[in-house]
Amino acid sequence: MDDLSHEITLVEAVNLALSHEMSSNESVVVLGEDVGTNGGVFRATVDLRERFGFKRVMDTPLAETLIAGMAVGMAGHGLKPVAEIQFMGFIYAAMEHLVSHASRMRNRTRGRLSCPLVIRAPFGGGIHAPEHHSESTEALFAHIPGLRVVIPSSPARAYGLLLASIRSPDPVLFLEPKRIYRIDRQTVVDNGQALPLDTCFTLRQGEDITLVSWGASIRESLLAAESLAKEGVEAEVIDLASIKPFDLSTILNSVRKTGRCCIVHEACRSFGVGAEISASLAEHALLDLKAPIRRVTGFDTVMPYFKNEHYYLPSEEDIVATCQALMKF
Amino acid sequence: MTELLKVEYRQYLDAGSEVVTTNKSALVVLENTDLLLSAYRWMALTRLYDQKAVALQRTGQMGTYPSSLGQEAVGVAVGLAMSQEDTLVPYYRDHATLLIRGGRIRDLLLYWGGDERGCAGGPKQDFPICVPIATQSSHAVGVASAMKIQGEANAVVTTIGDGGTSKGDFLEALNVAGAWQLPVVFVINNNQWAISVPRGIQCGADTLAQKGAGAGIPFVQVDGNDFCAVFQVLQEALKRARSGKGATLIEAVTYRLGDHTTADDATRYRSPEEVKVAWSNEPIKRLQTYLADRGWWTEDQEKAWQAECERQVEEGIDAYKSIQPEPAEAMFDYLYDEFPDVMSNQLDLLYQKVERMESLAPVSDPEDTH
Ligand SMILES: Cc1ncc(C[n+]2csc(CCOP(=O)(O)OP(=O)(O)O)c2C)c(N)n1
Ligand SMILES: [Mg+2]
Repeated sequence: MDDLSHEITLVEAVNLALSHEMSSNESVVVLGEDVGTNGGVFRATVDLRERFGFKRVMDTPLAETLIAGMAVGMAGHGLKPVAEIQFMGFIYAAMEHLVSHASRMRNRTRGRLSCPLVIRAPFGGGIHAPEHHSESTEALFAHIPGLRVVIPSSPARAYGLLLASIRSPDPVLFLEPKRIYRIDRQTVVDNGQALPLDTCFTLRQGEDITLVSWGASIRESLLAAESLAKEGVEAEVIDLASIKPFDLSTILNSVRKTGRCCIVHEACRSFGVGAEISASLAEHALLDLKAPIRRVTGFDTVMPYFKNEHYYLPSEEDIVATCQALMKF
Repeated sequence: MTELLKVEYRQYLDAGSEVVTTNKSALVVLENTDLLLSAYRWMALTRLYDQKAVALQRTGQMGTYPSSLGQEAVGVAVGLAMSQEDTLVPYYRDHATLLIRGGRIRDLLLYWGGDERGCAGGPKQDFPICVPIATQSSHAVGVASAMKIQGEANAVVTTIGDGGTSKGDFLEALNVAGAWQLPVVFVINNNQWAISVPRGIQCGADTLAQKGAGAGIPFVQVDGNDFCAVFQVLQEALKRARSGKGATLIEAVTYRLGDHTTADDATRYRSPEEVKVAWSNEPIKRLQTYLADRGWWTEDQEKAWQAECERQVEEGIDAYKSIQPEPAEAMFDYLYDEFPDVMSNQLDLLYQKVERMESLAPVSDPEDTH
């Protein structure tokens, strides 16, 4: 292993990408609650204050509307703000700035101003967190024209996609699946190489069924694919990664090959990202399908508080059962 | 340009338990043995409860927990000053107030143990524990406005941390409370820290109390480690609210002696010396010494009361541990007034999932978070 290779977790990869980009681009600044001295409540911004100083790593007052609004102002005035919202559950106060400003600044000034900001937020359930700390509401944000929504599912993709998000001239919401923040380590080479946005990643090849997922649910999807393989069913596992805009063609090509598709997401069932993928497949690949498109998702309910969250979260077994049903269809 | 604001600072008992006031209404509180003994008992109970709640988290028997260590006087003063008919719109560090208002230890533990039933108890009109910071301030002025419209002569008390006062929601609520003369009392528990962010960089003003000035409402800063002073300013504010004179902002100056929550490690961002100094101001010892000096509280009483606290908290813990989790389908209870028939397919999916789960051993690996 050389100096640039690191065996790191997903949250450490976030930190590595931030420090890489802050070193190479003076205009990148980090702001948010507890990101400075404390290095973030999940340590995603640890040591950045020491390395890049108070001016570039800002502990803001406790105010999410302010954080998002200031990021809009900073981005409109030449900086590259990477703002942290401590938990996705507290991002709603930032919504107005995302919907009404960040996502449309370029469009409404006909290119005179733009808003290249990144908002990072940990999201998702499964870690026995307090109320409002476990939801997955990416669909709310995917509905906003002009905003990019990106979700990594491994340390390497966290590194590469965060670099791409910071370098993007567009506003990006970068959602970090905190359930897998520290679950695995992976070799990440700190070579400054970004991964492409607007591209799915095919994590496993298979001929029989296409599994599309993102974030922490990729883990259960891959496990399900392994179990299915033992029964002789080969699943192709696709990490959506860029939620908005999303890469339909990779999914289409896969589904045209397999004829079956199961979409897995932790978010509530109705009106979600899975529904969009499903509708697009129905529009473009209906006649290639050997079975209906199915979703394995959370329920249309308030995310149960943590004693019962396991009843809500999609599991490996749920995915296997759905795929088996599709194979038998 | 005018000078910066003068802000009243209220303190009746100093850190050495000496009376530092000659104010008449202060003396009434300072002589009210029943009140002070009751306050002392509640503070002691709260401290033991907090300690055992942290221990439950540490041993994997509960979720992330925010102790109120060192801030008991504020919670107890709010609880004892309010009437049962007033409405509490709390934040998340009000354990003492919730207990005084009839909340059960079991229910507090249930809440922090990840069970919705933890919010089911307490006075019917009180709002539940509020985690999205400062949103409760907006609700509180809504409640106050409803009281006014409905001709109710009660008051609302809403609490918030020092960090929370930076949010627009709080300032918006202050503003309307002033503009509409609403019967609401805002209590800031200024414990000097918002997780790792110290009070000094949260806000450039000398006091948080003075935020009331811009809203046109009376404001006062009070020693939050001095139960007597906090209780008295609350009484005055509640009287104003109930008699149609409008809102008050109270900044109670305390110190968060513990970590932010069990997920936090405060040694990362503050010095042990600072914490040590803060311990010399803590509220329970201060009141205890005052009571003991006057012969109103003896060592025997102390022993008996500690034993009683132990009994009450353990009883609450037993009740918490012995309650069965709700069944899976409870997630659909109370979602809509009536469960929509058109959603019954989701219930079917859930039952199938539960069946699958029952054929497997549950795996869970809780990670502590904020
Ligand atoms: C809107 C919102 N943003 C962020 C958080 C995460 N968070 C929980 S407590 C806390 C600090 C609060 O500090 P303060 O208001 O001083 O209250 P304290 O906890 O010290 O009593 C933060 C940032 C939250 N719960 N709500
Ligand atoms: Mg505080």
